[in-house]
Amino acid sequence: MAEPRAPLEPRPAGDEAAAVPESLVLQRLRAQLGDALAEVHHWRNETTVILAPRDLLRVCRYLRDEPDLAFDLLSDVTAVDRLQLPQSSPRFEVVYHLYSLQFRRRLRLKLRVDEGEAVPTVTGIWPTANWHEREVFDLFGVHFEGHPDLRRILMPEDWEGHPLRKDYPVEASPKWWEEEGA
Amino acid sequence: MSSLQTMTLNMGPQHPSTHGVLRLVLELDGEVVLRCVPHIGYLHTGIEKGVESKRFQQGIPLTDRMDYLAPLSNNLAYVLAVEKALGVTVPERAQVIRVLLTEITRIKSHLVWLGTHAMDIGAMSVFLYCFREREQILDLYEAVSGQRMMSSYFRVGGLAADLPAGFEQQAQAFLQAFPDRVAEYEALLTKNPLWRQRTIGIGTISREDAIGLGLTGPSLRACGVAYDVRKAHPYSGYETYSFEVPLGRNGDVYDRYTVRVAEMTQSHRIATQALGRLTPGPINVADPKLVPPPKPLVKKSMEALIHHFKLYAEGFSAPAGEVYHAIEAPKGELGVYLVTDGSNKPYRVHFRAPSFVNLEALSKMVEGRLVADVVAVIGSLDIVLGEIDR
Repeated sequence: MAEPRAPLEPRPAGDEAAAVPESLVLQRLRAQLGDALAEVHHWRNETTVILAPRDLLRVCRYLRDEPDLAFDLLSDVTAVDRLQLPQSSPRFEVVYHLYSLQFRRRLRLKLRVDEGEAVPTVTGIWPTANWHEREVFDLFGVHFEGHPDLRRILMPEDWEGHPLRKDYPVEASPKWWEEEGA
Repeated sequence: MSSLQTMTLNMGPQHPSTHGVLRLVLELDGEVVLRCVPHIGYLHTGIEKGVESKRFQQGIPLTDRMDYLAPLSNNLAYVLAVEKALGVTVPERAQVIRVLLTEITRIKSHLVWLGTHAMDIGAMSVFLYCFREREQILDLYEAVSGQRMMSSYFRVGGLAADLPAGFEQQAQAFLQAFPDRVAEYEALLTKNPLWRQRTIGIGTISREDAIGLGLTGPSLRACGVAYDVRKAHPYSGYETYSFEVPLGRNGDVYDRYTVRVAEMTQSHRIATQALGRLTPGPINVADPKLVPPPKPLVKKSMEALIHHFKLYAEGFSAPAGEVYHAIEAPKGELGVYLVTDGSNKPYRVHFRAPSFVNLEALSKMVEGRLVADVVAVIGSLDIVLGEIDR
C-alpha cells in the first residue's frame, strides 16, 4: 500500500450533543475562574481540568452552585500515584468525577500534590466525599485538610503503609509475613 | 443527656442481617439510635491493586468478585472502560448478548436482595420463592460460562465464547415464566399490612440528602430522581431498547422495594427484546491484535500463530490516557476509572462501587430511628460487602 497509514484516531464521539455543552462548562470556567485552570485535556470524549489545590474549593462551589452547570452529584474521588509514569512529580494526582443530574454532564477535575502536601476537603460541598477521601487517605496517604473524620477506612487502623502506592508490593507486606511466621 | 443513659451496641461483623461482614457501632438511647458508625474493610482483598498488576484481559476474573451477586455487570463495566481506552466497539451480536445477560443479572441480583431483605424483616417464604428463580438464572450462567457464579464471560473485544446450543430456548423458558413469578412476590408483600408497617416511612431520605450523599441506582430513584445511566448515557445499545425507569416518591424502605420490584419487570422487558434480536454474527472485534484468531486458523497460518502467541504471552497494550466509564449496575452507578500508560497493564484502575457510596447514607437514614428499623434499612440499601471493600 502506497498511502501512508493514518494515525490511530480516537473513536468518533458517540454523542456529539454532549460535546457541545461540555465546552459550555469550559467557557464558563474560563470566563469566571480562568486563572484557576492550569491545564485542560480532552480524550475519548471526556474533559479533564487540572487545578492547583488552592483553587479547588472555589471552582467546586462555582460548578455546583451555578444554575447553568449544576454539578450536584460527586460521583467519585480517587487518586493516582504517578511514581512509575514518565512525569512522576508531583507524585499524586487526586481525581474528582463530577456529574450534573440535570444536564447529564460529566467533568473530571484533577489536582497534583506531592508527598505531605494537604488537599482541601470537599466534604463541605458534597457530603459523599467523606468516605471517598478517607479511602484516598487510607490507600495513598494523601491528607485532606478540614476533613471531619480522617481515619483509615478499608485497612486496619494500625496498618503501616498505603497499599495503592506504586512502591508498595503487590504481595502482602513483609511485616505481615513476619508476624504470621512468628 | 449523660453517657450513662446510652448504650453502645456492636452489630456485626458476624450478624446475619448485615449482608456479609459489615460492622455497625450503634449508640442507643433505649430503642432509639443516636449514632451509627459503620466499620468496613473486613473483606478488603486489594482488587484494584490486583487488576493493576495484571494484563488487561486477566483483570476480568477479579472484577467478578466485587459485587458477587452481579458478576457480569462488573465484567461489563470493566471491559467497556478498557474498550473505551482502546477506541473499539464490539459487534452487534456481542452487544445484544451483553445486554441480555446483564439484564438477567439484574434480575438475579434483585432476587437475592428481595429474598434476604424480606427474610430480615421476618417474611421467610419470599426467600424460597426468590431462590427458586435465581437457581434457573445460575443454570443460564453455567450454560454460557461453565460457572454458576464467577462467570467472567465478557472479554475486552467481545465475549469468551458464543452462546451454547439450546441457550435461547432455556432463556426463553425462564423469561416466559418470570412475569408470573414477580406477581407471586408482589402477592406476598406489596399489600401485606405487616410488610407495609415495617417499611413505609422507615429510613426516609430526602432528595437533596440523597444527591449530596451520592446515592445512585434504585436507592436514588426511590426519592424520585430519574437518574439511570442506561438512559442518561446509553452504552451497549441501550438507547434502542424500550423500557421505563421506575421511580418512587418518598425515599423510604417501601419505595426502594417497589422501585426494585418494578425494575425486575423492566429488566425482563429488555431481556425479552434482546433475546428477539439475536441473529448470527461475529461475537468479537475483527482485530487479531486484540482477540485471538480462531484455533483452526492458528494451525494453518503463520501470522495467526504469531498473533496467538503474542496475545497469550504479553497481551495487548492500550494507548496512554484516562477514561471513566459508568454503567447502571443493579446497585447503582458502577464506574471504572482507568489510567493507561501505553503498556499491556492498566496503570491505575479504580472502581466506583455503588454499594460503597450507598452505605455511606445509612447513618443519615437510621439516626433518630428505632434500632429494629436498622435491619430493614440495611436490607433496603442492597449492599454487597465484596464491592464495598474491594
